[in-house]
Amino acid sequence: MTQSYTITNMLAGLGRMAISPVQEFGRVAIFFFRGVIYLFSFPLQADKIIDQVYFIGTKSVFVICLTGAFTGMVLGLQGYYTLVKFGSEGLLGAAVALSLIREMGPVLAAIMIVARAGSAMAAEIGIMRISEQIDALETMDINPVRFLFSPRLGAALISFPFLTAIFDVVGIIGGYVTGSLLLGINSGLYFSRVESSVLMEDINGGFAKSFCFAAIVVTICCYQGYTTHLRKEGFGAKGVSLSTTSAVVLSCVMILVADYVLTSFLL
Amino acid sequence: MTVPLIEFNQVFKRFGDNAVLKGVDLSIYQGQVTAIIGKSGIGKSVLLKHIIGLLEPDQGEIRFQGQAINAMPAVARRAVKMKFSYMFQGTALFDSMTIYENVALPLKEKGQVPFREIQRRVRDKLAQLDLAGIEDKYPSQLSGGMKKRVAMARALVTDPEIVLFDEPTTGLDPIRKNTAHAMIAQYQKTFGFTGVMVSHEIPDVFYICQRIAMLDQGRIIFQGSPAEIQNSTEPAIRQFIRGQDPEATQAALSER
Amino acid sequence: MKKTSVETAVGVFVLIGLISVAYLTIKLGKMDWFGDDYYTLDARFNSVSGLKAGAVVDMAGVEIGQVADIQLDNQRQVAIVNLKIKKGVILTDDVIASVKTSGLIGDKYIRLTPGGSDRILNTGDMIIETESALDIEELVSKYVFGDAEK
Ligand SMILES: Nc1ncnc2c1ncn2[C@@H]1O[C@H](COP(=O)(O)OP(=O)(O)O)[C@@H](O)[C@H]1O
Ligand SMILES: [Mg+2]
Repeated sequence: MTQSYTITNMLAGLGRMAISPVQEFGRVAIFFFRGVIYLFSFPLQADKIIDQVYFIGTKSVFVICLTGAFTGMVLGLQGYYTLVKFGSEGLLGAAVALSLIREMGPVLAAIMIVARAGSAMAAEIGIMRISEQIDALETMDINPVRFLFSPRLGAALISFPFLTAIFDVVGIIGGYVTGSLLLGINSGLYFSRVESSVLMEDINGGFAKSFCFAAIVVTICCYQGYTTHLRKEGFGAKGVSLSTTSAVVLSCVMILVADYVLTSFLL
Repeated sequence: MTVPLIEFNQVFKRFGDNAVLKGVDLSIYQGQVTAIIGKSGIGKSVLLKHIIGLLEPDQGEIRFQGQAINAMPAVARRAVKMKFSYMFQGTALFDSMTIYENVALPLKEKGQVPFREIQRRVRDKLAQLDLAGIEDKYPSQLSGGMKKRVAMARALVTDPEIVLFDEPTTGLDPIRKNTAHAMIAQYQKTFGFTGVMVSHEIPDVFYICQRIAMLDQGRIIFQGSPAEIQNSTEPAIRQFIRGQDPEATQAALSER
Repeated sequence: MKKTSVETAVGVFVLIGLISVAYLTIKLGKMDWFGDDYYTLDARFNSVSGLKAGAVVDMAGVEIGQVADIQLDNQRQVAIVNLKIKKGVILTDDVIASVKTSGLIGDKYIRLTPGGSDRILNTGDMIIETESALDIEELVSKYVFGDAEK
């Protein structure tokens, strides 16, 4: 009697474990679609979007240039020593440009933006939640999803592709610095290889990725902040810190998962 | 008797094991200011949040002009909600916006009020509450009492029909408290609005409110006019409005 | 005052972003915004193994266009290659298109060898004379095992 009870209990627990991520995913998806609908509903929130582009985009340029430059430089270094074994170091430009445009640019730029802006978004919205500011919006008949999430979503969809493009270009220059200036590959050869190897499909694929990452990152970060008060493991400031942490971790994991899925579709 | 504007009918609400509202019956009438009194932590804020729909009852219903709010279609519900304004106990000011932006927000987001008009109304409200000159400051740069008054300005700037105040004067100095009370009373005269006010200002509320409700142990143990509550013989009420805790007084006396 | 400075910063950011995007799409992706810098020709090959869209088309070692598209002609079961040739490059109908390899194992590209006819090719025309890809594996095996068929 008790034994069968325990077993059904365990099964129920297992069922809950299986259902809850699915439910959570559904809630995130609904959150995302609400954000998209409100993004395009009148009156458009252009001034809020501009503020957020400033926050997500402009303020990330420096860190994107820095990481882009070093990524390109290390690719140049690694690529050179690998290619030189086959006597084809002339292909370095192609290797650097293709890895940047197809993979490194979208993924690393997105991860850097998560670190810089995503965590801040989760914390900001989380604090607004626990200090009843989101409730206050509701009492003023201001839709909090529209007010808080949609402008960030719009701004991310604008900023991510630009930041990715900046990352790519700076990275290609970084590869040039190590490949040509330090290791002596002819600079004309480097750039002609860059130009001849990269196809429009590669560039479109890179941009498609950055759009997807933008949607994923903002949705996860804002959702985590927005649902801070529903956390069971911690309340108040602790809840905000947990939301921020899980926003960053989840975003990074989902970027890499989505990257795999998208790459397998694009190839 | 007239139909109450807002009516609680056997409302229950619990948070986990903590049953806060255990069958609340309460009527709030149009054009009156109703005070809700009761000990701290007894559930007055929870009660107030049910009126505007920030919390949903576990059981029972809340009626607006005789209609159950949770049975209304979304559009009607929203129309009802637009009539309300809410002043939070913890002020809930937007801490990344200036005071001006905070007070202007409810007007601005509607997108119907012209810019100049917004400016004029915000300035007026701030001046009335003795807050002129702090438009460009941020909430964290203000004292607790100033924040309270900014929250009040924000709640009143839209000239709402029904205002819910959660402890609007707690933490204000006596002069500002009187200003705030006078403002509520004067508002009622000019606009004839309906107010629900959670308050601990025991003698004062008897003068500015037409109706008093007392919440204790999850129920409304009294609702009626200030005169009625002052003449009540119920010991719990008498002790509360005189600020006496029988057990603590007993203990303190016997220790001596 | 504060608002305009934010807007300026955003404007600068968008400008830098647009320049980067333009560099990538126009210079690297060879996107032709106006579409009329090129005219297109088709060529049939028995085999284009190793040739990819985007590969260079050259004449006398000078790049004059790109491979736009490769498809199979289902009736004749041969490859149809669509070539984008820069406007201003004049080709005649006896030009020879051959699939070549740069270096021993390098990229495949298309080499056009000029002819002497005076009939000029226009958009949509077909290059008749072609040479297919040189299959190194096949060559090596022929060399090693001899030519069995002939
Ligand atoms: N969101 C919530 N989750 C869990 N418990 C809550 C929540 N809001 C209020 N409570 C509990 O409800 C009770 C009443 O709180 P409140 O209404 O704020 O009291 P007060 O009468 O002082 O305004 C308290 O015990 C509080 O812990
Ligand atoms: Mg309270």
